[in-house]
Amino acid sequence: MRLAGWGRYPAVEATLRGMTDAATAAQLVRENDSLIARGNGRSYGDAALAAGPVANSLPLDHILAFDAEAGVIECEAGVLLADLVAVLVPRGWFVPVVPGTKFVTVGGMIAADVHGKNHHLAGSFGNFVESLELLVADGTVIHCSRVSHAQAFEATLGGMGLTGIILSARFRLSPIETSWIRQETVVAQNLDALMDAFEASRGATYAVAWIDSFATGPALGRGLLYLGEHMRADQLPPSLAGQARKLPAARRRRVPFDFPAWWLNGLSMRAFNALLYANGRRTAGQATIGLDKFFFPLDAILEWNRIYGRRGFCQHQCVLPLDRSRDGLRRILEKVAAAGRSSFLSVLKLLGPGRGMLSFPMEGYTLALDFPMSRATLALMDELDRIVAECGGRIYLAKDSRAAPEALRSGYPELAAFRAARAALGAGGKFQSHLSQRLEI
Amino acid sequence: MNAPRSLLILGATSGMARAIARHYGAAGYRLHLAGRDMAALERDAADLRVRTATAVSCHSLDVLDHASHAGLLNELEAFPDTVVCAVGLMADQAACSADADLADRVMRTNLNGPAHLLALVGERMAARGAGTIIGISSVAGDRGRASNYSYGAAKAGFTAFLSGLRGRLAATGVHVMTVKPGFVRTRMTADMDLPPALTAEPQAVAQAIFRAQEKRRDVIYVKPVWRWIMLCIRLIPERFFKRMSI
Repeated sequence: MRLAGWGRYPAVEATLRGMTDAATAAQLVRENDSLIARGNGRSYGDAALAAGPVANSLPLDHILAFDAEAGVIECEAGVLLADLVAVLVPRGWFVPVVPGTKFVTVGGMIAADVHGKNHHLAGSFGNFVESLELLVADGTVIHCSRVSHAQAFEATLGGMGLTGIILSARFRLSPIETSWIRQETVVAQNLDALMDAFEASRGATYAVAWIDSFATGPALGRGLLYLGEHMRADQLPPSLAGQARKLPAARRRRVPFDFPAWWLNGLSMRAFNALLYANGRRTAGQATIGLDKFFFPLDAILEWNRIYGRRGFCQHQCVLPLDRSRDGLRRILEKVAAAGRSSFLSVLKLLGPGRGMLSFPMEGYTLALDFPMSRATLALMDELDRIVAECGGRIYLAKDSRAAPEALRSGYPELAAFRAARAALGAGGKFQSHLSQRLEI
Repeated sequence: MNAPRSLLILGATSGMARAIARHYGAAGYRLHLAGRDMAALERDAADLRVRTATAVSCHSLDVLDHASHAGLLNELEAFPDTVVCAVGLMADQAACSADADLADRVMRTNLNGPAHLLALVGERMAARGAGTIIGISSVAGDRGRASNYSYGAAKAGFTAFLSGLRGRLAATGVHVMTVKPGFVRTRMTADMDLPPALTAEPQAVAQAIFRAQEKRRDVIYVKPVWRWIMLCIRLIPERFFKRMSI
């Protein structure tokens, strides 16, 4: 069947095989020369595509244990974050690190070592993983933690599925009193102001900025910084007193068809971004919003990737070291504007120190840019990669569908350590994706 | 305040059955899971207790062992309000044609076993004067097709059995509902490339069943489009139908 990532590029012919339990998963590993695990297909590029079978983890969807006193949960790799949020929030717990969509699996969150809007304080999801069961190349299962198979454990956090198949994991949760977020919106008129606002908000639990990538000249990098705090029960307005931990029923819309290629033109994107900025200026200040709306705003539009049409889209997400961020971000935004290929949705976050190996986060600013797929987009991305490399930054593998091996080598200094850990597991030939082959991991 | 209602699921480890258990559990039903693989049932039960915070018990069931059926019903501490039969075995037609024993097992698993067990359930519910029996049959039973007539014959039989049982129990206050899901994205179909417009997620099946039970519907197709598809398929004259490869 045709299979693709969230960006719908590349789409390849692949064989999807369901893993119904540990035994069928082990059989898949033993019977095939090479394969790769896949969760809910939310990585953007070719991380969960392969020439060999693609092992679908969605049937592995059991929550195995939940300690409601200590706030620790153990579940299989195919459990969706959406299910965890629905189960945990009413009981006063939240997943300590969540990406921008809740339609990801736990296995995917570990394999991409996802970060959230709180990375500057909390770090990545891997920080909260206590242990995981890893199906390795010989078909056996090893229990990995910081004390048992520690090297395999570290390599698997952010390892893009290349060390083995994650069957289940145990991780810590964080306590919350309500399902509501106090959001503060700060308007920044250019890149310097935006970054100053980030620096001034280092104590905020959550921080994320949207950038209007159509703004140029003195307004280059203008945007809105959204800060968020979990609300305590005693901070809720009386109107919400009865629904302190309620998750409002999602009002979802679905993109019903593939949009034609012409519609996402410069004009419509520019108008959308200008509207967003104007709206932010008008409503800047404090607001009380639901947890879903704060963390997963795009999930309200199911299959939003279809607005980019059949050819799909590309996201370029990089992180630049703190001391090179101001200069590097300016160069990237100028390059994008000069190419006349402004990004429909551009997101900026401040990251804290990272975990190493193939895990993406490192201390500095991370910028994510979305472009409709085209030859010009691919050429622009190569130029952006050069700027990232010159600044000593790196690109996010979970978003990538087109980078060259050089981008990986220059960005991930611990690649050799990862390769050694992967070799020690005998995983090199067994667990391969189009991404691992393209980047020569 | 009424005591919580309870649900017995026969064949509880299938993807569809698990979605049904989650939906009814979330709606406050106590759950009794019956199936062959006790280890898998216990894993499902642990998952359901976390997800729905409801009481869950597990019971061993071999649907082919008719002598054991009464024992299963006797070991439940209270007879359930609703019984769902999700027992099923799908097998490739070529394999069935080549292996008479497999074809026989398809017949006994999809028809003989469930019919025997649900007949017992029906009598007990009739004696009580209340209850709901939900049988998961299949669109494959609406007409025998060259590509899966062993499975289709068994499901056609099961559909007829449910229809008859519904008539038998109508006067007793017991409700019998037949469910024909169409394509469902489950473990059984995880490797198949199914047409999205015709394919239901297991959660959607569970929701449709729950709502249909509340409305006391007799026969439901989960996706309404299937009613029309199967109507067309049934209307094709046999002399054309026999030459079609569907």
